[in-house]
Amino acid sequence: MANVRAEELRMTEWDGGVLPYSVGHKKLGMWLFIVSDALTFSALLIGYSYLRVSTPNWPTPFHLWPSIAFSSLMTFCLLSSSLTMVLGVNAAQRQDRAGTVKWILATIAGGVAFMVLHLMEWNSLFHEGVTLVSNPWNVPQFGATFFGITGLHMFHVFTGVLYLAGMAVGVSRGKYGEEHVEVCGLYWHFVDLVWMFVFPLVYLLSVKMH
Amino acid sequence: MSTHSESHGLTSKLTLTIWAWLLILTGVEVFLAYIQFSVMVMLVLLMGLSLVKAAMIMAYFMHLRFEKRTLVLTLIPALVVVASTLVVFFPDSVRLLHMKPW
Repeated sequence: MANVRAEELRMTEWDGGVLPYSVGHKKLGMWLFIVSDALTFSALLIGYSYLRVSTPNWPTPFHLWPSIAFSSLMTFCLLSSSLTMVLGVNAAQRQDRAGTVKWILATIAGGVAFMVLHLMEWNSLFHEGVTLVSNPWNVPQFGATFFGITGLHMFHVFTGVLYLAGMAVGVSRGKYGEEHVEVCGLYWHFVDLVWMFVFPLVYLLSVKMH
Repeated sequence: MSTHSESHGLTSKLTLTIWAWLLILTGVEVFLAYIQFSVMVMLVLLMGLSLVKAAMIMAYFMHLRFEKRTLVLTLIPALVVVASTLVVFFPDSVRLLHMKPW
């Protein structure tokens, strides 16, 4: 039983054996991936912040409506999808297969809502003439960093939704157990965590005051 | 350790509390964006709040608070040290700002 195995993993003390962290290899592997991915985003965000501070005429195109309202709502969607993911992991630990699938589907809904809102937000910027290489304010770094960072994050959300969908199918067929759901949850929470840095840096540092 | 139905000591009430705090801190960040501070002050304030939010997500949603200490000590210091090496160059951005002709 996956449940018994998870309990054993938590209880195991390392004495030179194969479980130094009392977690399974899937979970450890995901954590190592998350650390490496966190460093990728760190490099991008610190590079962006460097450009933001050193460019006095950095554009501030984000009006309260729609940009800041949309991006705040997107933050709400992602945070709430993290909440439903925690509830999904709890359901998986109770061996409640239907409950797990239900909460994973709710998490997918949060992720899809985020992507739809983000694409609408991107679309409004396209209409203003902002592209990856140019914009009306003649600060080409703006579009490059904005679409580069939010694009990479959106790609993570997209792959996360695919991962969750695969997990929902696997759980409903009895193929995946609680450890799989928990590892998938780690990835999803990480996507949420990264947005906690992207949102203030990219949007809130470029709000239009008037 | 609570009942098995709850995830490693993470009760539903605690989960909801963390979620509510994350939303409140996000609201504070949006509020701060509409107060005119210099970019550097904004950067420090917003990143400070974001680090608190990230710590809450990792500790509770990602269960790190309920994992064995060795896992935390392996993952987090490595992340912090390497990310800090990226920040080493950051003061140069302010120097560059004063060197620009405009």
